Amino acid sequence: MLSRIAEQIFWIGRYLERADDTARILDVQMQVLVEDPSVDEAVSCEQLLTVMGIEDAPDNVNRWTILDLLAHNADSPNSIASAIDSARESARGAREILSTDIWAAINTTWRGVPSARSKRPVDTFAWVRSRMAMINGIAGSTMPRDEGWQFFVLGRSIERVDMTARMLSTAALAEETQVAWPTTLRACGAYEAFIRAYRGLEGDRQAAEFLLLDRWFPRSIVFSLQEAERALSLLEARGQRSGFGDEAQRLLGRARTELEYRPLPEIVEELPTEMERLQRRCADASEAITARYFSHSEAQEWTGGAVL
Amino acid sequence: MDDAHLFDGYGPLRGFDEMFDDQHLREEYARVHGAFREMGNEEIRSRAESLASAYLDQGVTFGVGGEERPFPLDIVPRIIEAVDWQPVDEGVRQRVRALEAFLADVYGPGEVFADGVVPRETVLTSPHYHRVVAGLEPSNGVRVHISGIDLIRDADGAFRVLEDNCRVPSGVSYVMTNRPAMSAALPEVFADHRIRPVQQYSRNLLTALRAAAPSGVSDPNVVVLTPGVYNSAYFEHTLLARTMGVELVEARDLVCQQGRVSMRTTRGLEPVHVIYRRIDDEFLDPMQFRPDSMLGVPGLINAARAGNVTIANAVGNGVADDKLIYTYVPDLIRYYLSEEPILRNVDTWRLGEAEQRAEVLDRLDELVLKPVDGSGGKGIVIGPAASAAELDELRAKIAADPRAWIAQPVISLSTVPTLVENGIRPRHVDLRPFAVNDGDDVYVLPGGLTRVALPEGELIVNSSRGGGSKDTWVLADPSTPADPKDAVEDEQTQSQSQSQSSDGEVR
Repeated sequence: MLSRIAEQIFWIGRYLERADDTARILDVQMQVLVEDPSVDEAVSCEQLLTVMGIEDAPDNVNRWTILDLLAHNADSPNSIASAIDSARESARGAREILSTDIWAAINTTWRGVPSARSKRPVDTFAWVRSRMAMINGIAGSTMPRDEGWQFFVLGRSIERVDMTARMLSTAALAEETQVAWPTTLRACGAYEAFIRAYRGLEGDRQAAEFLLLDRWFPRSIVFSLQEAERALSLLEARGQRSGFGDEAQRLLGRARTELEYRPLPEIVEELPTEMERLQRRCADASEAITARYFSHSEAQEWTGGAVL
Repeated sequence: MDDAHLFDGYGPLRGFDEMFDDQHLREEYARVHGAFREMGNEEIRSRAESLASAYLDQGVTFGVGGEERPFPLDIVPRIIEAVDWQPVDEGVRQRVRALEAFLADVYGPGEVFADGVVPRETVLTSPHYHRVVAGLEPSNGVRVHISGIDLIRDADGAFRVLEDNCRVPSGVSYVMTNRPAMSAALPEVFADHRIRPVQQYSRNLLTALRAAAPSGVSDPNVVVLTPGVYNSAYFEHTLLARTMGVELVEARDLVCQQGRVSMRTTRGLEPVHVIYRRIDDEFLDPMQFRPDSMLGVPGLINAARAGNVTIANAVGNGVADDKLIYTYVPDLIRYYLSEEPILRNVDTWRLGEAEQRAEVLDRLDELVLKPVDGSGGKGIVIGPAASAAELDELRAKIAADPRAWIAQPVISLSTVPTLVENGIRPRHVDLRPFAVNDGDDVYVLPGGLTRVALPEGELIVNSSRGGGSKDTWVLADPSTPADPKDAVEDEQTQSQSQSQSSDGEVR
């Protein structure tokens, strides 16, 4: 597969997941603001912007500011609109290898973005989530399980780790509100699964544990890391007898084992810091993947032992 | 009148109308016309709307100045009977064979000059003549793998050639997407006709590209080379790569080393043998042509000269579709094939020749003047529509460089009913059939791209001037079995066609 196409598909996976997760995060935020009047709207919204990586936030942020910056404003690089735009642009660049169905689903979503602005926020988020579910469903049922699929899954999983980490940070920062963890679980579609797993003995710590470490729940961080590792090992042409030759695989595997083998209290205590570290790992892994599979210039330097 | 049918008041007629012969409905359109009559206005409009939104969702677009625009597809199909199609099929094949022979001669022995059929300087002074490919013999002898021969129908309904495109003819993707869109929009009408299919184009194209591989390569790797997403025909590039199942590459994906071309993949470099390039000659290789080209691959021409890669269409084909050479094509057909041309040219004067020039200058206000080198309707002056000042300016330009111009009479393009704001009305059309040469045979895609000028009386049929397209149905001859080959640019393209605006009668 062409390196350039592999890269486009990786990013389609990332951008689609980003749009999906941003909608989930905003959904939680809006519910917290509505359900708990004790929350200081400005402080809470500012925290959210920081978690989402917006440094130079304007003064007096409120729910409408974050809706603009994180949902509708296509010029804001962290918005849903911008993620959908980028996903569509990447898909356009890889159109010859995408099935007509998946391209049309992405393109139709992109065309629906302007009218999403006039919907109620809660409907906007539901629309984004259902569109993303549909695109993922079409991808899952039409993409052959070749390299392209592995790169798609890889992009999606790494983005999901990164965004779930942000969701956990947001929840941890709003912990005293009582509603933060339940809504976060709901936003991940994890509420029922969690209740069943813990037989209703829900607590903040258990909720964090579930979203961090559950091996069966597909949006948990450990599950997503495993997915990414599996995609990488399938991409690796030859199996390795020992260790991992691939830098990205090493980085992700280490991140996962750190979460799995350290005592939970240690992680939960410093959750926002831990989550930031995890996000850095994801960024490093993404860079390693780029260098190994997508780089356009390095591949040409070596041919038959001679540096040209 | 709310209860008037969209077809009511059809007119005014200018030139040959393909559905109506004066007041009489032509037989080949009877079923289409009947179906539209039966459908009613609301139904027709709603089907046209779903046709448009389907195209937007699928992203069937062309680019103008970096912006994607939909290419409107009209709901009324264009129908060509088997008996009318036959001369097109044969004429286009004949023309392609003559152009191939001419190119082989120009970049080879040059007998056509020695025999005085075409003046040597006419070719050597063409900006599209590239000495660098002189003596380069294609492995299967083909230089014009893909061509688009632009046709119009004159006042008598006869097809005539308006222009040849042997470089990077575009538009075939719309032919391929129009068909399924129309069968979804008009299933009952569709089922009523035996229409020759178009989806085989990709398979035939891939066969021709594989046949063109360098000798000794048994399983060639074919790629489509695109300038990138911002190119106006990018949609087409993706469609061709997708339907042929080959990689769509950009220049940065390719690398030339030791006279060989490879592409960069996730598993390292992989060899490339045939490049269907959708980039103009001048941008193809910065080492040979424009050093500032970001779209090109340094070393590509050398790899082709070394016989390690085939570039399709061949570099230097522009000398054959030059507007000046166009005037010689009937002579070339006689010279190389010893046949009479099946498709006639539009009458054309060469201003480089004193006698013809004198005649043209005399009647400048009645003729259409075209720069030899222009494309996309650029620089065309339509005499009857030009002001005195414009004609004076034109006169000065001709005096300065007479060889740069040709003149043609104002041709009345044929019309086909087209759905517009105020009903179904006659609109001017042209036709670009596509031909694929695999070295053994020339395949002409049955139908081709019909472009329709949407503004009333518009003289130039061109997608960048508010043009649309029509699905073109070539009907199968009921007496013969199906053709075995039936079993699916410009970049230089958008050609120009004009027509006369004589007022017809309102029907």
